[in-house]
Amino acid sequence: MLLDVDAVVVSNTHLSNDYNVLALAAPAVASQTQPGQFVMVKPGGGDDPLLRRPFSVFEVLRDDARRVTGLSLLNKRVGVTTRMLFALTPGDRVRCLGPLGRPFSVTRPPERAWMVAGGVGLAPFVTLAAALQGRHVRTTLFYGGRSANDLFYLDTFRQRGVSLTLATDDGSRGVHGNVTIPLARAFGDADLATPIRVYACGPTAMMRAVTALAATHGRAIEVSLEQVMGCGLGGCYSCVVPVQRDGAPAHLVRSCLDGPVFDGRTVVWEQLA
Amino acid sequence: MTVDLSVDIGGLHLSNPVIAASGCFGYGVEYADLVDLSTLGGVAVKGLFLDAREGHPPTRIVETPSGMLNAIGLQGIGVRRFVAEKLPVLRAHGAVVIVNICGSTIDEYAEVARILDDADGVGALEVNISCPNIKKGGMMFGCSLQGTHDVVAAVRRVTRRPVIPKLTPNVTDVASFAAAARDAGADAVSLVNTFLAMAIDVETRRPKLSNVVGGLSGPAIRPIAVRMVHECRQAVDLPIIGMGGIMTAVDALEFIIAGATAVQVGTVNFVDPFIWNKLLTGLTDYLQRHGLATVSDLVGTLDITDRDTAWTSS
Repeated sequence: MLLDVDAVVVSNTHLSNDYNVLALAAPAVASQTQPGQFVMVKPGGGDDPLLRRPFSVFEVLRDDARRVTGLSLLNKRVGVTTRMLFALTPGDRVRCLGPLGRPFSVTRPPERAWMVAGGVGLAPFVTLAAALQGRHVRTTLFYGGRSANDLFYLDTFRQRGVSLTLATDDGSRGVHGNVTIPLARAFGDADLATPIRVYACGPTAMMRAVTALAATHGRAIEVSLEQVMGCGLGGCYSCVVPVQRDGAPAHLVRSCLDGPVFDGRTVVWEQLA
Repeated sequence: MTVDLSVDIGGLHLSNPVIAASGCFGYGVEYADLVDLSTLGGVAVKGLFLDAREGHPPTRIVETPSGMLNAIGLQGIGVRRFVAEKLPVLRAHGAVVIVNICGSTIDEYAEVARILDDADGVGALEVNISCPNIKKGGMMFGCSLQGTHDVVAAVRRVTRRPVIPKLTPNVTDVASFAAAARDAGADAVSLVNTFLAMAIDVETRRPKLSNVVGGLSGPAIRPIAVRMVHECRQAVDLPIIGMGGIMTAVDALEFIIAGATAVQVGTVNFVDPFIWNKLLTGLTDYLQRHGLATVSDLVGTLDITDRDTAWTSS
C-alpha cells in the first residue's frame, strides 16, 4: 500500500563533498519496497522548492533484531532539493511517499546477475544485491565513477558476495575510462551457455551503451531510468519515455507507472531526452 | 453545527466545491486506489481530443520559484478510448466526472462533445480553449472573443450537459471572455488555465522545456488568478470555478470569497496526493467558525466597501 510519511532523519552520512546517504525512519514504506522501486521526497514544508523529487530506495535499514527500521537514500548534491537533502541533520523531517514504480525482476540461478552502475546510479543496487544474495544468484557489480573517491559502499557489496569490477574516469581506481570498457570485455569472455541478466542504472549514455552490448550478446537487460518527474503517480505525464514493444510504433509511456525499470531493448534511446 | 458543502454549478450538483483539476489528475483512475473519488466534488480529467496524441517530447516540466512550468502537449488516449476504458471505472468509483475537451478545429470540439453527450456518466464538459502549449486549438480560440464564442456555441448546440469553458489568463481582460462565453450559451466558466511562460538554462542558452514555452502553475500564480476570478465575478453573472495555485483551504477560501462557486486543485496534488481531506476539513472548520450553514453563502462575499475600485471598472 502506498504511504506518505513524515519521516525523521536518523542520520546523514556525507560520503564526499557531493554525495551523502540519508537514513529515514520510514519502516512502513521500507518494509514494502522491492528492488528498483522509488520514493518521492520533499524536505521542508514550504512552496519553494515546490515539487517532490524521485529517489531510488538505497538501503532497507534494519535493527539488530533484523526488524525494518527505515530506508536510506543515496543523494548527490546537484540542484536545490538535493542541496537541502545534503544539509539535513538528524531530527529533521522529510516527506516520503512510496514505494512507487515497477521493480527489477530479481532473477534466480542458474542465471547470473550483472549490475552496471554509473555514479549516483548505484542507488538501486544495494537492495537488488540483497535480494539476489537471498536467492544465491552469482552477482557482479560493474561500477564506474569519476575517481576512486566517488566509488562508495564497496564493502557492502563484497559482504553480499558480489564480485566487483571498477572503472574511473581519471584511472585512480580500476579500469581507466568508462565502465562499459570492462563490461564489453566481460561480455566477450562470458560463456554463452551461462544465462546472464544485466541491470543498469546511471547516465543515459551509459545505459544506452550497456543495452547495445547486452543486445549484441543476446542478454536480458533491465534499465532504471531517471526522468524529470512531477508526481510519481501517473497524474502529470511529465516523466514519459519512448518505448517500442511488439512491433508497434514508438510510444511515450509514463516512467512512474510503466517504469522506472524498463526492458532496455524496448527503450527508443535515440528519442530519449 | 453541520455545514453543507454542496454546490450547484450550471445544473451540475457537487457534494462539495473541491474538484481535481484537469491535467493534474490523469484520468482519475490512476488515483482510485489512493483517494475515494466519490468524496471529491468532481474529477476534471485530462484534456481529450478526438484521437490519441503523443504530446511533446521531454523535457515536459521544470520547476520555478513556488511554481512549475509544463508543456505536456495534451498527450492522451482520445475520447473514444476514454469512454470505453476510463469512464466506466470512474462511474464505478462514484466520481462526478467533468470531461475536459479539446479540438484543433471547432468541428473537432463539437464531435468530441457529441460523443460524450451519448456516454453515461459525464457530469459536465469543460471546454479547453486555453491550453498554452499546442500549436492548433487551445489558446488560439481562447485568446479571441470570436473564437471563444464560436467554440462554446458549437459545443452548446450538440450537448445537454453543462458547458464550462476553461479560460486562459493570457489576455488583457478575462471578464470580456467570460461574457463572450455566457453569450454563447455557457453554463459556467472555469479559470484560470496556466500562464504562458519560459525558463532558460543559461549555461547552454537553451530553453529548459522542449516546447520552448510552457504554462506556469502553482502558488506563484495564485494572486493573479484570484484577481481574475474577482474581475469575472464583478462583470458577468455566471457561475465560476476558480483555480490557480491552491495549496490549502485558506487559498480555496480566497477564490470562493472572490466569487468562485467551486474550485479546482491541480499542482498541489503532485506534492500531496492526500490533500483532499485536508481541504474539506479546512473549509468545514472555516464555515463553522464563521457561523455559515452552507458554502454557497460564502461565494462572492468579498467586502470592498470603502475601497477605491475605480481601477477595476472597465
